[in-house]
Amino acid sequence: MTRLKDAVIAGAQGLYLAIVSLVGSIVLFVFSVVSMAFLLLGVGFLTTPAILMGVRRYADAHRARAAEWSGVQIPVPYRPFPAGKRTGLTGQVERCSLMLKDPATWRDLQWLLVNMTAGFTLAIFPPALLLYMVYGWVLALGVWKPIHEAGGGEWFAWIHVTSQSTANQAAALGVGFFVLGVLVNTSLVRSHFLLARTFLAPTAAMRERQLAQRVDRLTETRHDAVDNSAAELRRIERDLHDGAQARLVAMGMDLGTIEALIETNPARAKQLLAKARHDSGEALTELRDLVRGIHPPVLAERGLGDAVKALALRLPIPTEVDVELPGRVEAPVESAAYFAVSESLTNAIKHAGADRIWVDVHHGDGMLRIAVTDNGKGGAALGAGSGLSGIERRLGTFDGVLAVSSPAGGPTMVTMEIPCALS
Amino acid sequence: MRVVLAEDLFLLRDGLVRMLEAFDFEIAAAVESGPELTKALAELEPDVAVVDVRLPPSHTDEGLQCALAARRARPGLPVLVLSQHVEQLYARELLADGTGGVGYLLKDRVFDAEQFIDAVRRVAAGGTAMDPQVIQQLLSRRSSDQPLGALTPREREVLELMAQGRSNAAIASQLVVTERAIAKHTSNIFGKLDLPVSDDDNRRVLAVLAYLDQGR
Repeated sequence: MTRLKDAVIAGAQGLYLAIVSLVGSIVLFVFSVVSMAFLLLGVGFLTTPAILMGVRRYADAHRARAAEWSGVQIPVPYRPFPAGKRTGLTGQVERCSLMLKDPATWRDLQWLLVNMTAGFTLAIFPPALLLYMVYGWVLALGVWKPIHEAGGGEWFAWIHVTSQSTANQAAALGVGFFVLGVLVNTSLVRSHFLLARTFLAPTAAMRERQLAQRVDRLTETRHDAVDNSAAELRRIERDLHDGAQARLVAMGMDLGTIEALIETNPARAKQLLAKARHDSGEALTELRDLVRGIHPPVLAERGLGDAVKALALRLPIPTEVDVELPGRVEAPVESAAYFAVSESLTNAIKHAGADRIWVDVHHGDGMLRIAVTDNGKGGAALGAGSGLSGIERRLGTFDGVLAVSSPAGGPTMVTMEIPCALS
Repeated sequence: MRVVLAEDLFLLRDGLVRMLEAFDFEIAAAVESGPELTKALAELEPDVAVVDVRLPPSHTDEGLQCALAARRARPGLPVLVLSQHVEQLYARELLADGTGGVGYLLKDRVFDAEQFIDAVRRVAAGGTAMDPQVIQQLLSRRSSDQPLGALTPREREVLELMAQGRSNAAIASQLVVTERAIAKHTSNIFGKLDLPVSDDDNRRVLAVLAYLDQGR
């Protein structure tokens, strides 16, 4: 029974794929070719990137279907666009040439041709095998007669239906097709996707190139991570040296003096005792601030969500925090994410002149997503030396990315995405 | 007065026990972990509990969670929470049930034995003891507000002490003025902030904290 159900589902999937493959592939192929022809006139530079992005989106939809319906994983081969894309006309031309240089683009177009022919054929069989039986039965129930009498010799597959007996044969053959469909339908849909994979998955050369890029990226982020942690350690060392350590030295000296004075000058000794107690309080405050900078206690106690809420409560600007985390984020990511939020909030307060801030933290599709939005004057940019590029480097260690949208006049929205699992 | 004490660091626990005993408290139990604390609070029915936020085995906010759970089981159970850091987030959770008998102080405050013991007694009597840092954070955040801006510096001082949970008499002695003068200040403050007037110290604190905490 499940087999029959699977076959019927595969039939419906095949029908959908057949229609989408035929119409989508033809339309996109024609548009692509025409648009590229217009490159010679210049207009093509405006239309080609958009149409090629459409092709990629169409291919991505097919990749998603493949994984969902047949468990066929098709990796994405496209080269990433370099950071700091330019906007305007030059940006368009740059984008266009980058896409045309990407071999994956040309393989996409080849796939469109294959998909509208072989892909369509493979997809149309599953529904056809099931539905043909119905037609056979319709003929056998008497419909063959008017067709025959009207002068038409109806063919059911290879049977020429001219009498009740041949019509019955047609019905029997229809049942045969149906049984065949039940047996092979899921495989047919799967083979449609396997065919797509030969064109849509990256080739060995493309994978190699991706790996090389990945190695470059990892080398870069590892350098950043090492530099960052070295700088952090230096800062902590300096803070301890100039702060708590110095205060403890002063306290020790005071206690020594108190020891000497306690009998000869009790009043002065009492004064110094009060000072020593004050110093110990100051040392504690400094240590507390230092700890907050290394790893905030609320983060250790409650996790990212409450740590961000506690942080928001300390800010001088009303800040709304919305958290949706069904579990605990891994400790290193949690810490990086916290400091990224903290830095974005500091930026918003110092530079944006905002009077309201919103922080949104949630997790979905294996990604931790954070957005920090303020209603300030905008104009923030990811440039050298800005706090934002510091965050970007920090998140890079975790393959996280950061995007800033900050038109002049505001609002500013900083979004971060870090791949991570929840526990 | 019987106290249950929960603190995982031996030196601090020992010091607190000695200090509390010196001020005639009876230590019903001095425990070092969350499960032990939950058990002690349920079985010993102390007059007040002094609890460190961070306790083993999880070393998260286990002490706070145990205290909140115990207060849910026995509303109004006096709990004084100690921590290396104060967070408004935690202060809110402690105050949320509005029944009073809560304290939330930095561990540094135990340096001043008399003030600390005063806070323990206040909490045990159903009052409130909020760390000055919590109050200052709340005040600094809202200092630009119209009603708060209308307060005189002296009234702000009184408001701060009042929010920490001090009675009029205590505020008067700290600021070295008469109790009548403080009573006048407080009624001015209540008037300017549009708060319901109340003689009960605890209600008074909750009203002030609710005011400071609103709109965020």
